[in-house]
Amino acid sequence: MTQASDDRSGESRGGLNRPPLPIPRALRDAAIAAAIAFGLFAVMVGLRTEVSPTGALVLRQRWAEVAMLCGIVFAGRLALTLWLGRRALRPTTAPGPWAVRLQQAGRFFAPALLAAALVLPIVSGGDRYLLDLGILVLTYVMLGWGLNIVVGLAGLLDLGYVAFYGIGAYSYALLSTHFGLSFWIGLPLAGIMAAFWGVLLGFPVLRLRGDYLAIVTLAFGEIIRVVLNNWVSLTGGPNGVSGIPRPSFFGLPFSMSGEPDTFAGFFGLEPSPSHRVIFLYYLILGLALLTNWVTIRLRRQPLGRAWEALREDEIACRALGINVTVTKLSAFALGAMFGGFAGAFFATRQAFVSPESFTFIESAIILAIVVLGGLGSQVGVAVAALVMIGGFELFRDLGEYRMLVFGGVMVVIMILRPRGLVGTRTPSVALGEKRAIGGDLVGEGRG
Amino acid sequence: MKPPAARAHRDMILEVANLTMRFGGLTAVDRVSFTALRGEITALIGPNGAGKTTLFNCITGFYRPSEGAIRLHRPGALPVDLHRLAGYRIARSGVARTFQNIRLFPGMTALENLLVAQHNTLMAASGWAVGAVLGLSRYPAAERAAIEVARRWLLATHLLDRADDPAGALPYGAQRRLEIARAMCSSPGGPALLCLDEPAAGLNPRESEELARLLLEIRADGTSILLIEHDMGVVMKISDRVVVLDHGRRIADAAPAAVRSDPKVIAAYLGEEGEEE
Repeated sequence: MTQASDDRSGESRGGLNRPPLPIPRALRDAAIAAAIAFGLFAVMVGLRTEVSPTGALVLRQRWAEVAMLCGIVFAGRLALTLWLGRRALRPTTAPGPWAVRLQQAGRFFAPALLAAALVLPIVSGGDRYLLDLGILVLTYVMLGWGLNIVVGLAGLLDLGYVAFYGIGAYSYALLSTHFGLSFWIGLPLAGIMAAFWGVLLGFPVLRLRGDYLAIVTLAFGEIIRVVLNNWVSLTGGPNGVSGIPRPSFFGLPFSMSGEPDTFAGFFGLEPSPSHRVIFLYYLILGLALLTNWVTIRLRRQPLGRAWEALREDEIACRALGINVTVTKLSAFALGAMFGGFAGAFFATRQAFVSPESFTFIESAIILAIVVLGGLGSQVGVAVAALVMIGGFELFRDLGEYRMLVFGGVMVVIMILRPRGLVGTRTPSVALGEKRAIGGDLVGEGRG
Repeated sequence: MKPPAARAHRDMILEVANLTMRFGGLTAVDRVSFTALRGEITALIGPNGAGKTTLFNCITGFYRPSEGAIRLHRPGALPVDLHRLAGYRIARSGVARTFQNIRLFPGMTALENLLVAQHNTLMAASGWAVGAVLGLSRYPAAERAAIEVARRWLLATHLLDRADDPAGALPYGAQRRLEIARAMCSSPGGPALLCLDEPAAGLNPRESEELARLLLEIRADGTSILLIEHDMGVVMKISDRVVVLDHGRRIADAAPAAVRSDPKVIAAYLGEEGEEE
């Protein structure tokens, strides 16, 4: 926290069974924490500008609240220090005790998660809210898995991933409304279109590294949004594209009429609006699993291994005869393609797209999912998407405070697990037994 | 000392002709010419800052030389102009290298490091990834063969029991050996020329001894070696030829024994009044 307290923790780092800090030192530590809290809260909480009844701006002072907050910090820090001896709050990237257990359970955990996803529509009994939430979570799982190829495997920091999501959504929206293409033709076209733009962006940009690459991709994301907003004759500008055809079950539309050529009529079911939602749910589940399957397969192959090698050391890759540009482009294009698929799904689900859905905050959320889940980890990304999107819904009752909870949770995870929930890497091949590699050895990529 | 032009051309593996590398006003390598013969270990020595690593980076494509030519002569093939090739293509034409500061893939296992080295072979076998994703290729057999090659080199470098450990967790000497093994895996059948940048740096005498033995084995396998080294014990013991650089210029090119007694070399290493030697 401060230089002084760091030094002290440094000298007491030695033994395993360290006794808790003596009370005077703990008090001093808590006082430092409270002082820092005061520095933060004095301006953020203590001073507040308000409009007085006469219309003038007045400064209201709330020192009681500040004192209360500092007191909470003091007491909390003191309790934490005395109770834990400050050991448990050390950040670690090594596989912790629970991570090892999770890994042992991992053999069952991922299939269990998959099984839960598969049976959700059945056990939910057509609960519209739950299914819609499931669709939303799965969309982000898919986007996270797509971005994981670029950021997690190839180590290219892409802050404009939402651009490819948007390109996919608009590609399908325009193709279907102008040319009447069905979803199953529009879907691959949207993916190809997004991949094409990924390559187009990649060519000039991939010689950049790290921060510079991040800035250019960020700009690309914004350019796409601005173009969508202003090219009114093609995209409808801020009004977006509406009337996008709903997906049909291989040609059988979901309608309430019960005619023989509708889904319900063909299968002799009672027409119900939940049919379409359930179909959409399984559709995005299938698309997400396709992303996952391709990624898992590629990781065990030369291309995936080259991506990871690129993340570890680009210069060494060049010395081994790996064409760095082509390898980076392939990661960029593949990630973009899955973003495009997700975009096409988004368009058909909403039946309406507008530039507002593709703002920078979406890129940030997807990137946060990947980073929180653990770069390169498929299960970690799925769990992170569930926690972030699902958890965000869970705290809906908190109103504007849910951003606070959300931010707090992210800070805590990043302090305790700097490399994400699953920070370890599983080798793609082994002579004997595959053992997880600690996150401290695995590179993060420098673009 | 025989002038280089008199040496047999047919046995040449690498020909460096009038190579110059300038960085702005600084001439790091100044009209250097030498040849490395096939099946030999050619050492490149010189005091710090003599331009050895710059020369290496030119040969392996990390720098583009300002002037001059670098040619690779492989038996039964036309000479390749390395100074015109992109970096990754130089590696594909059979020149492998290691780095002064080790550049492994620390988060990947030793075995994975050696499989990444065989990327181009495996990539072709996997049908450029598309075939293998769909399960339509001869990839599994190619991977088994690649693992066999990797296992052979892990055995040769005494790393077989560490195959599944991350490269970053290996001890320093093992990392040096793994980097050499990785370079040896980078071309099918072994590279034509292996360029080693200070492979003995930081090794203890016993490890240096082992390294010298490994390099002699590699030479016996038919790979020519170009070696930058400061450990004169290793250089004098295993080199067939020694090229000495000083201030970017070649000052000697002879057999180890002749170089050792060359007054110009002694002067370069010990200062101008090198008579004390």
